[in-house]
Amino acid sequence: MGSKLIFLIVVVLGVVAIAQLVRLYELSSKLRKRGEHEISNRDNRLNAKLMLAFMFVFFGSMIYLMVNYGWTGRGVAATEHGERLDWLMSLNMIIVLVVFFSTNFLLFLFAFKYVKKPGVRALYFPHSTKLELIWTIVPAMALLVIIVLGLIEWDNATSKAKEDAIVVELYSKQFDWTARYSGKDNTLGKFDYKVTSDKNLLGIVNSETLDYAIDKLKNDTLLGIDAMERNLNNKNKIYSVEEREKMMTTLHRNEEIYRLLVQLKNRHDKSLDAQSWDDIIVAGPAEKLYLCVDQEYEFNFRSKDVIHSAFFPNFRAQMNTVPGQTTRFKFTPNKTTAEMRKIKNDPKFDYSLLCNKICGGSHYKMYMLIEVLERDEYNAVMKAIDLGSDNATRPKDDQLTEKELTILKKKFGDALPAAHRFETLFKGAPAPAVAPVVEGAEGMVAPADTAQVAAVPGK
Amino acid sequence: MSVLAHEAHGHHDSHHHDEHAHHEEHFVSKYIFSQDHKMIAKQYLITAVFMGFVGMLLSILFRIQLAWPGESADFLSFFLGDTWAPNGVLSEDMYLGLVTIHGTIMVFFLLTGGLSGTFSNLLIPFQLGARDMASGFMNMISYWLFFISSVIMFISLFVETGPAMSGWTVYPPLSALPQAVSGSGLGMDLWLISMAIFIASSLMGSLNYIVTVLNLRTKGMTMTRMPLTVWTFFVTAILGLLSFPVLLSAALLLIMDRTMGTSFYLSDIIAGSEMLTNHGGSPLLYQHLFWFLGHPEVYIVLLPSLGLSSEIISTNSRKPIFGYRAMIGSTLAIGFLSFIVWAHHMFVTGMSPFLGSVFVFTTLLIAIPSAVKVFNYLTTLWKGTIVYTPAMLFSIGLVSAFITGGITGIILADSALDITVHDTYFVVAHFHVVMGLSAVFGMFAGVYHWFPKMFGRMLNTRLGYAHFWVTIVGAYGVFIPMHFIGISGAPRRYYDYSVYEVFDGETFLKFENLNLVITIFAIIAATGQLIFLFNFFYSIFRGPKAPQNPWNSSTLEWTTPVEHIHGNWPGALPVVHRWPYDFSKPGWEEDFVPQTTPLKEGEEEH
Repeated sequence: MGSKLIFLIVVVLGVVAIAQLVRLYELSSKLRKRGEHEISNRDNRLNAKLMLAFMFVFFGSMIYLMVNYGWTGRGVAATEHGERLDWLMSLNMIIVLVVFFSTNFLLFLFAFKYVKKPGVRALYFPHSTKLELIWTIVPAMALLVIIVLGLIEWDNATSKAKEDAIVVELYSKQFDWTARYSGKDNTLGKFDYKVTSDKNLLGIVNSETLDYAIDKLKNDTLLGIDAMERNLNNKNKIYSVEEREKMMTTLHRNEEIYRLLVQLKNRHDKSLDAQSWDDIIVAGPAEKLYLCVDQEYEFNFRSKDVIHSAFFPNFRAQMNTVPGQTTRFKFTPNKTTAEMRKIKNDPKFDYSLLCNKICGGSHYKMYMLIEVLERDEYNAVMKAIDLGSDNATRPKDDQLTEKELTILKKKFGDALPAAHRFETLFKGAPAPAVAPVVEGAEGMVAPADTAQVAAVPGK
Repeated sequence: MSVLAHEAHGHHDSHHHDEHAHHEEHFVSKYIFSQDHKMIAKQYLITAVFMGFVGMLLSILFRIQLAWPGESADFLSFFLGDTWAPNGVLSEDMYLGLVTIHGTIMVFFLLTGGLSGTFSNLLIPFQLGARDMASGFMNMISYWLFFISSVIMFISLFVETGPAMSGWTVYPPLSALPQAVSGSGLGMDLWLISMAIFIASSLMGSLNYIVTVLNLRTKGMTMTRMPLTVWTFFVTAILGLLSFPVLLSAALLLIMDRTMGTSFYLSDIIAGSEMLTNHGGSPLLYQHLFWFLGHPEVYIVLLPSLGLSSEIISTNSRKPIFGYRAMIGSTLAIGFLSFIVWAHHMFVTGMSPFLGSVFVFTTLLIAIPSAVKVFNYLTTLWKGTIVYTPAMLFSIGLVSAFITGGITGIILADSALDITVHDTYFVVAHFHVVMGLSAVFGMFAGVYHWFPKMFGRMLNTRLGYAHFWVTIVGAYGVFIPMHFIGISGAPRRYYDYSVYEVFDGETFLKFENLNLVITIFAIIAATGQLIFLFNFFYSIFRGPKAPQNPWNSSTLEWTTPVEHIHGNWPGALPVVHRWPYDFSKPGWEEDFVPQTTPLKEGEEEH
């Protein structure tokens, strides 16, 4: 409190001091019979010099920042299209910086040079069609170049992905990211937000998830429609008006959703179930998103609650995630994480996926790490993730090979990335029938309880 | 016809004056519910100065958090108390609240209401030779609605659940769902109500300005003899009239989504654990509606400043503004183009990329009239005899900032490049240089230049110099480094950058260092504004009396008496014979020729 008092006293005294100085200045002006509107030659010259001085400081600090923090300050791009965008950015930067330095130079130079001098009269020069035409046409030509080059890159960056691109879905919610690989068939299972449940955080649709969601909505002991109706009709239960209203709202909503879900189930094509079971789910930020170098990816983005934005600074990619709508973006990473660590000379560096659209209090903490691997590493990792704890129970041909195990060992030591097929997550891991005895694999197979672990970050 | 009618009106008015020369107005009708454009202009200005300082204080509060994340600061707990700054550390939610209200206040209340409200009201009747606005009554209502909306917005800062926290653009669903962020409760309701009232105020103001410009010009004041200030106010009013109603509809639909269960912007949402039944709406619809206002809004903010500085630069260079007609043409071109560029704010929102490329084209076209303006300013200074009044300093600052902010716009308008810098600090730096520097400098220039006309007294020149130099150094010190943070990918509206520590230590350090620099300059710049605040209020009461025409200007407002009178001119309205920029004209002894001076025999107009 003491510091605040002192602060206030200083402010008050400061104001009084300025007021006194101003009075003094005004009295002296009055003695010299000069009004505030009459600017003395001394003042004019002083400000003119300050204009020039300011220009040097201004340009100097701009150049200092450019030298110190990199020319455009963003390091190397890690995707094919990103490198082209960086080239375009450099070109545009050169154009705009030339304009910046030259026009600001002229401005401050004129401000310095043409300050009022006694006896000099200004030039009466109201217009010149020739000059005006020049500075309409020259910028127009420069802009034409910028527009054409920009649109070529825009088209390149936003056009459809190639046939062999791997499809990955990124699902956003307050305040984390979940990735869903499309699995072996490279097709994502269908989704509907109404099917979302504790066991199915992404709302993936198939016959079983539909049944589960419908059953849960109807028969849940706490919030099921039946339970709610019973509670609301129970004469012995007393609720406040607000509580009752809230329950009624939820009940009405759930009844509507129930009706829609049953319709959805009746329309559902069971032959599509397989599409969803092989999808692989990775929940950030505890788990990493693995990508393969020089492999094109087609990302589909979804949001559970509000708008987020999938921002990959190093990949030069960004797309908003919009509730009720699927958005997309594609890119091809062309530098592995290991390579990038060497370039950046930072052994701890990782690629990242950030949220770049205000989404609530913890917006700034919403991220997921991305690791770009060599193709053989990537294949091994994805296979291990796909098999998870099922590795041992599968036929010998499906299991991880020696070579793959060596790669995994080198990459991760003893812990496998814990992520799972949707089937395992939803149905729970099957109990191992035979004790897993895989050579060299001991302790590397993801523990059986990771099904729950993977589901936890959704909370 | 209108000229005739106006003349009749004028005669009637002067007659009216003679009769009631000694009639003293009541305090309430003179100072509070005044219908006089001069008083309303002052009311707007003082309200805007208050709101501007609130907005600036909010920015200092969150800048402290960004420079010293997680550290306790007495300054924060002094203003925010234990609720929003427990132990002197800003809370995450309030950080977003401060950012949101800072943006809202600065864009709408300072630079739209404050800037247009003050100078359109003051200068349109004065510079056109009109006795008052077309409808003094509507003008009064316009101000009082502005006042009410300011009060509501201010009050929303003190609500228990906090003010709106979804950014000044208040994108749904975040702004529609109280479950998503605490500010989307009562705070958001107040925001929407305040904005709806603000829009009504703005519309009434705009209508008044347009009608006055079209109908109440004095004899001889043709459209091509109007000062550029009036031209820009006129175009600004048209922009406001055509675009603000769209924002009103956006706000009304959002109110319905929030309170009546409609689904304009909502679809397939699970808010926390609540599964909502809204289906079929689109958040993108809101963005289209918002930016249909939002982009013209940038020019609503900027054009009046460009108009003010055109006038000031010409007067103080003692040279005619170069390319008067090109200036009018570029103002009209900017005004027109500003309506067909809105979706450049939406390149990566999921909008069709093809639509994006159309908007790239239209957006980059705006650079052409903007370039014309810059070169015309430069040529006006060339071979001038510059007199450094504080207003002139700020006008030159405006031109510099207009260039600096304009060129980064070229990067952002390029959709391919926007992918990488969208929603980063590069955008924040860009629009602050355009609006926070350029437009604000224009507003300061206007205040310094027309203060004698508003209050009949002079501002202190020396304090004006100090104010300018501290401001331009501070402001550039804030926003030049900010470009570098942005271009290396720092997302905006981040409470801190600690996540970067996890995966990119080098970049994290860069953000830390530059954020510290930025905050220090922000504090310097903010302190500099206290000089202005003191000068402003001190000079209103104690400043030296203003002479009739302090800057030797040729426009009509300087022919009115220093003491304000109802109806502006004591006798008949002035008659205009020439354009307003006859400075240093060959054949004239004086270096300026007032608009009321008839052409000499054989003299060319311009």
